[in-house]
Amino acid sequence: MNQQLEAVVDQPHIHRDDTGSKMGMWLFLFTELLLFGGLFLLYAGYRFLYPDGFKAAALELNSFIGAVNTIILITSSFSVAMSITALQKNQKKLAVYLLVFTLVCGLGFLVNKYFEWSVKIQHGIYPKGPAMDNFSSGEVMYFGLYYVMTGLHGLHVIVGMIFIAIVLGMVIRDKITSTNFQKLENAGLYWHLVDIIWIFLFPLFYLVH
Amino acid sequence: MSEHNTESHSISYGTYVMVWLGLLALTAITVSVSGFEFGAITVIIALLIAVAKSLLVGNYFMHLKFEKAIFKIFIAVCIVTFLIMIVLTFSDLSFR
Repeated sequence: MNQQLEAVVDQPHIHRDDTGSKMGMWLFLFTELLLFGGLFLLYAGYRFLYPDGFKAAALELNSFIGAVNTIILITSSFSVAMSITALQKNQKKLAVYLLVFTLVCGLGFLVNKYFEWSVKIQHGIYPKGPAMDNFSSGEVMYFGLYYVMTGLHGLHVIVGMIFIAIVLGMVIRDKITSTNFQKLENAGLYWHLVDIIWIFLFPLFYLVH
Repeated sequence: MSEHNTESHSISYGTYVMVWLGLLALTAITVSVSGFEFGAITVIIALLIAVAKSLLVGNYFMHLKFEKAIFKIFIAVCIVTFLIMIVLTFSDLSFR
């Protein structure tokens, strides 16, 4: 009994700084914002210089799939946000289901992106591809930006999914609890950023008229 | 003894559902507006709607509305920096 008491008393006091952790995540998100911001700036510049080329090239994109992907990501942001409330209310099972649902949404997005890209590549529409020879400078720029920006975004979706999967594991094993969930929040923040980036990518690439 | 999360404020499911529906509605508006012939300002309308969606995601999903003021200052500095980048770039491009 004495030994047990000693063990408890000797535990080092673990200091946690959730606000600091959150700030750290936000600072990282700003670097991501400026990364994509630079690409959006390139897009803006070249669209300004080649308005007709961009308009023509955008017709190759399927706005329906783009809209579906937008809805998928918005819904996945919704589910990951809800998972935090669920955890705070000690509804662990619901939190887990919501996180799994978020991952399923991410997967759905990637599958759509795979089909979109495959179709383009089959038609020879890719950097240095055969179809590009017949395109104007504006169209070439558009597709270059399309692949880089949606590609980089896709990579972020994958990274976000890994982050959420790791956090999901921690929730299941009670390493993240109703009073200790900053890691879950941080994963959520990253995922919301991925959603926001797509919110801008969608109208700029798919809805050019 | 570890600290527990001092921020006990949790956003209700109902609020999240409203935000989600709002986002879906704005998406529908974006898609339908792009069908109309507004010419050059179509882009501006699309961007404004995207900004509105981002505000919803940022304030509610990302919790910014309920955070300490310093977080909002952080994000404002970031956005202003980016806007300056755009303005400077276009002040060059527009006059070439």
